[in-house]
Amino acid sequence: MKKKMPLTLYLILKSPLTLFGAVLVILLILMAIFAPLIAPYNPNRISLREKLAPPSLKHPFGTDEVGRDLLSRVIYGSRISLQVGIVVVLLAGIPGILIGAFSGYYGGQFDNIIMRLMDIVMAFPPLVLALSIAAALGPSLVNSMMAVAFIMIPKFSRLVRGETLSLKEKPFVLATRAQGGKPLYIIFRHIIPNSLSSVIVLASLVMGDAILVAASLSFIGLGAQPPTPEWGALVSVGRKYILDQWWYATFPGLFIFLAVMGFNLFGDGLRDILDPKIRGR
Amino acid sequence: MEELLKVEGLHTYFHTYRGVLKALTGVSFSLYPGEILGLVGETGCGKSVTARSIMRLIKEPGKIEEGKILYRGKDLLSLSEEEMRTIRGKDISMIFQEPMTSLNPVLKIGTLMSEVIMVHKKVNKNRALNIAKKMLKEVKMPDPEGVLNKYPFELSGGMRQRVMIAMALSSDPEILIADEPTTALDVTIQGQILRLIIDLSQKRGTAVLLITHDLGVVANVADRVIVMYAGNIVEEGRVKSIFTNPSHPYTKGLLRSLPSLAKEGEELPTIPGTLPNLIYPPKGCLFYDRCDIREEYCKEGRPERFHLGEEHYVWCHKIKNEKMERLGYGRTD
Repeated sequence: MKKKMPLTLYLILKSPLTLFGAVLVILLILMAIFAPLIAPYNPNRISLREKLAPPSLKHPFGTDEVGRDLLSRVIYGSRISLQVGIVVVLLAGIPGILIGAFSGYYGGQFDNIIMRLMDIVMAFPPLVLALSIAAALGPSLVNSMMAVAFIMIPKFSRLVRGETLSLKEKPFVLATRAQGGKPLYIIFRHIIPNSLSSVIVLASLVMGDAILVAASLSFIGLGAQPPTPEWGALVSVGRKYILDQWWYATFPGLFIFLAVMGFNLFGDGLRDILDPKIRGR
Repeated sequence: MEELLKVEGLHTYFHTYRGVLKALTGVSFSLYPGEILGLVGETGCGKSVTARSIMRLIKEPGKIEEGKILYRGKDLLSLSEEEMRTIRGKDISMIFQEPMTSLNPVLKIGTLMSEVIMVHKKVNKNRALNIAKKMLKEVKMPDPEGVLNKYPFELSGGMRQRVMIAMALSSDPEILIADEPTTALDVTIQGQILRLIIDLSQKRGTAVLLITHDLGVVANVADRVIVMYAGNIVEEGRVKSIFTNPSHPYTKGLLRSLPSLAKEGEELPTIPGTLPNLIYPPKGCLFYDRCDIREEYCKEGRPERFHLGEEHYVWCHKIKNEKMERLGYGRTD
């Protein structure tokens, strides 16, 4: 007899776009983990004789202005982008979830004030706000991650607040209160775990956004600094050569595009799959 | 006998957009140790609000406006939320009507039960799991060991209600409030669950406030009955005297409208009319519009508690007046 496959896996396989997104995400993760094994050269090895060489068998993505292998640099760049995505999701997700859960659970004036603060953050165009924070903190990869995380907090807190508002009316929360459950216990053991499925979906979407915004900050020189092989920084330098050496900016740019698309398709697909209304069909 | 719980003049209002809904207006009763007190009435008469007021679990925009809820002489309404929390689940437990949604879907039964037990009994996780297993055995759960490792969705409604009962009784409360514990269950399971609640609480000497709209249930298991109508108590007494000798026209109507096999084929009698508007309630007796023995003077003032017989009380102007006249006191209004 054929072993039954978990429903979630089956649903992912049935939706081609989700599957495509998942494959991209998995490839990105594998690339980041095994970068030293798959990269043909040391990403920082300078070879001035080969500078700005076009794509060839020796250098499939060509080389940059000091002859470093672009393929190797792009592969190592995946580590930075993935790190940015994960750090931003954690840095934005944890405070966002806490703010949302407490705000929604306690409600009233407290909730009102917190949510208006979140509205203020959301009122600015995300890139502009991230840019000004990163500029104020000074250009570095860590500062740009903090800036991106900050602008992502309201996304998590608004989502979790909404979930909390509906969860706290559920009979099991009332039953827990009737059993003498403390508010902290109810928030951490009953409300947050029940809202995690939507948080996971948002986390996947935010990963994509974070990679894109962080790359944008690097592109304008506020994020990772050269010679770090960050994709945005690579595109930024490659921009100077775009007319004569098209490969320099194109390949890192393509990888930003694929990574962001991967996380977004995967997140969208997960949302559909985790939605019980669609799930049963 | 000393009362365990004494509710005095309880008023609970809901401050809604359309006005103040007076859900309870002067509910008073007592619960004695070890007894089973049935609280009956139609939907919307304030049964659940009474239960939640006792637990102080009234949700916004509801508020307990006045009255006293004395538990062992201590007024629960004067306690801080912190102090109240230590009473909930430990001294007074509650079971709800929706067993399907009363358990957190993402936690295992064992986790849910042990966490509650750990709080009230101040024991470690292993000890708590043992108590949970023992309690599941007591509620006659098949395979208690296995159930501890299951998620709520893997259990049927009846099994979930057994879990709820096990949790409610695990801290040996003195009072168990059961708010329509069998309403959402299959008829075949209803009897079993009810029997279980009664047997376990009697074994442990727990007093039960059993809320239901099913008079049959009350007749079978309760010691005393309180009949509520529109946020007020209309009649109170021993089960036997209420069922053999109902006095209030509402109680009579309720008993008449019970289906029975003897009158097969006939249409069931009903009580005409509906509940009064509780935002703008009439000044007099709230049952006036639907009453078949009403008099003009019933429109003046709410009826007061009137002693009818041994432990039998009724809240009715007319009955009081007739009885007083018969005794030669003349009309009192």
